[in-house]
Amino acid sequence: MTSDAARAVPSPGRRAPLPLVLAATVVSLAASLPIAYLVVRALSADASDRALVSLDATFDLVTGTAVLALGVVAAALAVGVPLAWLVVRTDLPGRRIFGLAASLPLVIPSFIAALALLGALAPRGLLQQALEPLGVDRLPEIQGYWGALLALTLSTYPYVFLLATAGLRGADPTAEEAARSLGAGRVEVLWRVTLPSLRPSLAAGSLLVALYVLSDFGAVSLMGYPTLTTGIYVRYESLLALEAAAILALVLVALAAVVVLLASRFRLRGAIYRSTPGAGRPAEIVRLGRWRWPALAFCSSVVGLFLVLPLGVLVWWSVRADPIAGRAGIAWEAALNSALAAAMTAVVAVVVVLPVALLAWRYPTLLSRTLERLALSPSALPGIAVALALVFLGARVGGFVYQSLALLLFAYLVRFLPYALASTRASLDAVSPRLEEAARSLGRRPLSATVSVVLPLTRSGMLAGAALVFLSTIKELPATLLLRPIGFETLATEIWQGTSLGAYSAVAPSALLLVAIAAPLVYLLSWRNAWELGSPE
Amino acid sequence: MHLTKVLGTLLAATIAALAVTSGAATAPAQATSLTIYSGRDERLVKPIMDRFTRDTGIQLNVRYASSTTLATALVEEGSNSPADVYWSQEPGTLGLVGARGLLKRLPQRTVGKVPSRFSTPSRRWVGTSGRSRVLVYDTRTLTPQGLPRSVWGLTAGRWKGKIGIAPTNASFQAFLGATIHLHGEARVRDWLRGLQANDVKLFPNNTTVVQAVGRGDVEVGLVNHYYLYNVLADTPDLPVRNHWFRAGDPGNLVLAAGVGIVSATKKDAAAQRFVRFLHSKWAQRFIARGPGAAEYPLVKGVPRRPGLRALSTIKGPKYNLGRLSADLTPAVRLLLELGYIR
Repeated sequence: MTSDAARAVPSPGRRAPLPLVLAATVVSLAASLPIAYLVVRALSADASDRALVSLDATFDLVTGTAVLALGVVAAALAVGVPLAWLVVRTDLPGRRIFGLAASLPLVIPSFIAALALLGALAPRGLLQQALEPLGVDRLPEIQGYWGALLALTLSTYPYVFLLATAGLRGADPTAEEAARSLGAGRVEVLWRVTLPSLRPSLAAGSLLVALYVLSDFGAVSLMGYPTLTTGIYVRYESLLALEAAAILALVLVALAAVVVLLASRFRLRGAIYRSTPGAGRPAEIVRLGRWRWPALAFCSSVVGLFLVLPLGVLVWWSVRADPIAGRAGIAWEAALNSALAAAMTAVVAVVVVLPVALLAWRYPTLLSRTLERLALSPSALPGIAVALALVFLGARVGGFVYQSLALLLFAYLVRFLPYALASTRASLDAVSPRLEEAARSLGRRPLSATVSVVLPLTRSGMLAGAALVFLSTIKELPATLLLRPIGFETLATEIWQGTSLGAYSAVAPSALLLVAIAAPLVYLLSWRNAWELGSPE
Repeated sequence: MHLTKVLGTLLAATIAALAVTSGAATAPAQATSLTIYSGRDERLVKPIMDRFTRDTGIQLNVRYASSTTLATALVEEGSNSPADVYWSQEPGTLGLVGARGLLKRLPQRTVGKVPSRFSTPSRRWVGTSGRSRVLVYDTRTLTPQGLPRSVWGLTAGRWKGKIGIAPTNASFQAFLGATIHLHGEARVRDWLRGLQANDVKLFPNNTTVVQAVGRGDVEVGLVNHYYLYNVLADTPDLPVRNHWFRAGDPGNLVLAAGVGIVSATKKDAAAQRFVRFLHSKWAQRFIARGPGAAEYPLVKGVPRRPGLRALSTIKGPKYNLGRLSADLTPAVRLLLELGYIR
């Protein structure tokens, strides 16, 4: 275990290379374009616009949003961390299946999650119908805070789960073994070594969860829980009050900045570095013994509630033919479009975040930290705010840019680049800067030292980041609707078409296809690659 | 470095793909094509779009999204909008977009195709179909005789915990705006407070209100008349029906879906042709009686959906829909003030 205070103080001889600074600046500024636009909009607000954003109402929205974000982060940690530990570090029966099944809810768009949960658990929903013979004639409401909490936990706990799994696999078992050899018991090792070594992963995971909650519209609007995002939508859509919406959006950005700050504080306390690329060897597997029954019950109920139940509702809906369009065919072209757009976004995202992440990791100055936060901040914006900012800017640039695939991909990047940034940062944080220094002292040039020594250690983080970007992009809706080239259908737009009429039978095939596309990716990510990367070369 | 190679290859492929697709997007738009922003659902109106292209040879590029989202996009695009025509579900958003000078004045003969209450004196937009506000009710627990005769009656204790509304829905807001104009803000505020005291249930949209009545979560709901038919198409045995209040009641407000020509267009003639096509007998019939459709046709001589009450027998309040762009703001402000929306 190495605690390295020295790295927070950049030595004068180690000025950040100019190309790196320039690259990071370009990326961060591009990512914060929508925010710059919102600032301009907000500044042009007149008294009647400001009247639509009263202090009291804004305060209520901020507290409501913060309370929901805290609740969802807590729930996601409570579900995701034990699940990850059981799947990675124990002999839980069926752990590979659980590993895959636990990651899959990530691709269920939150409004589908909310619809399915409502369909199943509403006072007179499918569950109540199933229980009717037992004399249950209504279930408690799941609207409001608890409904939103449930739906958002479904959509976000996989972030914690995936990052915690990656963290557990990447963690250096030598620290745990040393602790054991010094006489610490299993539980003590878990609390004092394993969990603290997961700090960067958990901080990154919680950050993604919190930012997701801040930007979500689908789940909170269906569950009837007011947040800053629903407030922004109301002002845009009911009144075309763009200035009032911009003011609220900036309040949301400020809230996100607080979240980013909290996460980075938490991340760096008591850093534990690894000594080898990946795990030198797999960590010891804990035998659960008779504890495997409660463990199995826990994993099954998570997968049952968050995957089987919503998919079951979707299948139930899809069994019935769409009364308007007839039985919905499978949207192959939309599926291909979704997959290609998401893959392109994922690849570009991991590449462009590298300068920002490396700069912030290696040269932690005020500038590099600011650039990193700038790049993270737009992820809290609801999709509609990013989309409309780019509608404004795109329409002015005009020509072939506006409503082109390139602009749509740019919107995806702005929205989801933080996912790549956060998980690349998390894996960089586990790399001791000493390694790079050693390579430099052995004569490597800075770029070469980074490429040959540092990047290999962050592979799993970059891959996890790419996967998160892919899985988020593939279900993106608001920016897709406004910025896609005309006629460019994605699975998300197909799903939207169906829900807007309340004819859910049309929704289910596309939603199931989303899950089908994501499944192999999640599988490769959570198992094959991790083992390959983790195995000694 | 294995990974960087893979990433490098993928990046190159991405850039190449981007170049190709943006190249495709730059192909000059043909003179015989129109860009339509459609707030109408693709599954309901695609056959109309296809038929127009077949009849006229004019290609249509249609952007489908919600009426309100498209209105916001039109405002953001301003004079750079690529859109030629805006077809909306909501007279309110048409009014707001028109009031900002983003819609052109339509010819009198186009506006004259429909009764004057479905257009505005400034002729920025014209109705394409009619829709009425109604009260949907649960037929398992209620009969028409047991229902309130006025929307004001919903504050009676009898309805405590049994009413559903969708306060973010544009049609609900239009109803409130019209009612504020007709009866004053104080009365509407009292009514909304009365509903809150009556533990009114809030839903995200009209469809979920109808479904909640169907499930028995609430007994009555304030929606537009055709949502019942959308949901019935999905669930034919749904125990829900429409109820109209007494003549002149604000709860019977008749609204319109409508169309306008975007000021930025350079294809005025083709755009006008599209608008005229929407008033053709064929298109009107499709809007009124196509699969899943139940709106009122506005052009004379086109029959409504069988089983639907005649539009002429629905006695709504006397209200000029052109006022909505002004009346929506006080309505939304009131909803914000009372915490219906935040």
